[in-house]
Amino acid sequence: MSKGLERRKAILSDPVAQFERAVEIREFENQVNALFASGTIRGTTHLCLGQEALAIGLASVLRTDDQVSATYRSHGIALALGLTTESAMAEIMGKATGCCGGLGGSMHLFDLELGLLPTSAIIGGGMPIAAGVALAFQVQGNDRVAVAIFGDGATNIGAFHETLNLAAIWKLPVVFICDNNVYAEYSRINLTTPIEDLHIRAESYAMPHYALDGMDIDVVREGIQSAVDRARSGGGPTLIEAKTYRFAGHSRADQALYRPEGELDSWKSRDPLLLLEERAKKIGKMSESDVADMKARIAKEIEATVALCQSAPEPSPKTMFENIWSRKVSQ
Amino acid sequence: MPAMRVRQAIATALADEMRTDPTVIVFGEDIAAAEGPFKTSEGLLEEFGPIRVRDTPISEMAFTGAAVGAATMGLKPVIEIMFMEFLGVALDQLVTEGAKMRYLSNGKLSVPMVVRASVGGGLGFGGQHSQTLENWVAATPGLKVLSPSDAQSAYSLLRAAIQDPDPVMFLEPRITYAERGEVDTNLKMAIGKARVVKPGKDLTIVALGQMTNIAREAAATNGADIEVIDLCTIVPWDKKTVFASVKKTGRLVVVEEQPESGGWGSEIVAAVSAEFFGELKAAPIRITCPNVPVPYNGGLEARFLPNPTEVNYQIDQLMATGKAPQPWWIREGF
Repeated sequence: MSKGLERRKAILSDPVAQFERAVEIREFENQVNALFASGTIRGTTHLCLGQEALAIGLASVLRTDDQVSATYRSHGIALALGLTTESAMAEIMGKATGCCGGLGGSMHLFDLELGLLPTSAIIGGGMPIAAGVALAFQVQGNDRVAVAIFGDGATNIGAFHETLNLAAIWKLPVVFICDNNVYAEYSRINLTTPIEDLHIRAESYAMPHYALDGMDIDVVREGIQSAVDRARSGGGPTLIEAKTYRFAGHSRADQALYRPEGELDSWKSRDPLLLLEERAKKIGKMSESDVADMKARIAKEIEATVALCQSAPEPSPKTMFENIWSRKVSQ
Repeated sequence: MPAMRVRQAIATALADEMRTDPTVIVFGEDIAAAEGPFKTSEGLLEEFGPIRVRDTPISEMAFTGAAVGAATMGLKPVIEIMFMEFLGVALDQLVTEGAKMRYLSNGKLSVPMVVRASVGGGLGFGGQHSQTLENWVAATPGLKVLSPSDAQSAYSLLRAAIQDPDPVMFLEPRITYAERGEVDTNLKMAIGKARVVKPGKDLTIVALGQMTNIAREAAATNGADIEVIDLCTIVPWDKKTVFASVKKTGRLVVVEEQPESGGWGSEIVAAVSAEFFGELKAAPIRITCPNVPVPYNGGLEARFLPNPTEVNYQIDQLMATGKAPQPWWIREGF
């Protein structure tokens, strides 16, 4: 079994492993942030701090032959699905050992084996793709499921509405998950959208829909499992709205100074890491010192990953000319 | 060999591929029950059923993206964009998603899909239903861009497009749908290979789609011995055939059905100029539409499109002087 698949298997049911993965994602994102700040990594990045429970909850209920179409804010989803920290960090650093050979970057993670489709940097861009993946599964007559996970901002783009309508009339085996982290880029949702509960938009497509607490992994798992079961058994699509909160700004340039005072603190009192820690202590019998040891170990591991990736090779110029077409055609 | 209309050649190519390859599916607006507004999917629903032949809502973005997604998972979707202009709302899915899938998956995903779209003027459809718009897609690495000109090329190129492992944009000149031609269903045409449809030694015309027929008509009545090349593929275009012809004739005229600015013909002229600079007997020129929208009025639309009279005028001037003649709208002071 590959390391990625082992990592996936680990978080399927074990509350300790799920907490550990959340700590890994948090540490990974903090490191990414620091590396960008120091100029070690170029371009842009979009952190998923605060959205770890949703990522892990999703990954823990899917099969590895299901497919997930996610967004530019997907470091957490990728790691939750099983992508190794080396593969993700090397990609973000633009190294040859990255999951896209260093040609994708922070917004473009991918792993076929783990069911992570190339993440899209276009808001709503992955939604029609997920419907198409589900169409293939339907035509092929298998019981695989496609998932599109996207932000609250995507519910205002045409792709969202067109895709929900198409998926509904074709009864496609797809689950739509709106990760409502309250902010669409730099704008609070109430400035751009006349409703608070985005899931009700599925009503006009006669599609089952509901909201759930995206900070609580048990709620996430139950809610997604039920939609996945429906899709897998031929019951068609579902729209889930996971209520989460983006602890960081939109991208690395954004300090999110536009947030109302106290909002971040209030959400942080329900930080998914706190909830996962409590759960790991309660069900997984972790002690205070177990937690401290684990956090210290993960921090060291991520540091080692960063060091490893920094010394990883750069992609050769010829790779830029590969993978455009199925075979190279000189022009 | 059976004679068939271009639209029948397209429907036949679709049916033949669907019989050969069970992973081929087709969808688009009004293509199943109604068999396509131009009857290019006649008989498909009846033979292949509603799982493989589907009507879509008027949602080009969703169904173009659905084709991308389905292609990554092993199907070969062929979708129909009724009028090329309708691709505008779906360009993201083709250009930014579909064309990037192989690249952004480090070569692990293929996107064997075909986007068919009807293009071009001459039928009085007006400013928003008559453009060719090849340049929307020709500048996107990862896409292949084809355009047939008759029943044979429609049949053979469409089959090649469906069999190709990469996303292909297939531009069908709408005005040719009703035209008849003989079709050899065993004849294979390769992507990236142009056809010499009329040999000649004095001057080379490179044309595409319905302009191939205009070029043929002009060449048939011109005093010079003209070679007409039907380019068939814009990306990747057949340098070998074009260069071999210009090497022989020393003169190049590109006939394009699109406004002058940003046309594919500029690529041909630039490449030929660089390759044969100093050896050419005349300036390489382009005959295009003016930089205006397609007019509705019949007389004006006929002026807008390159036609045999204008092509022959340009060629006669070029043969006599070696210099690039002015286009009609400059000559007439517009």
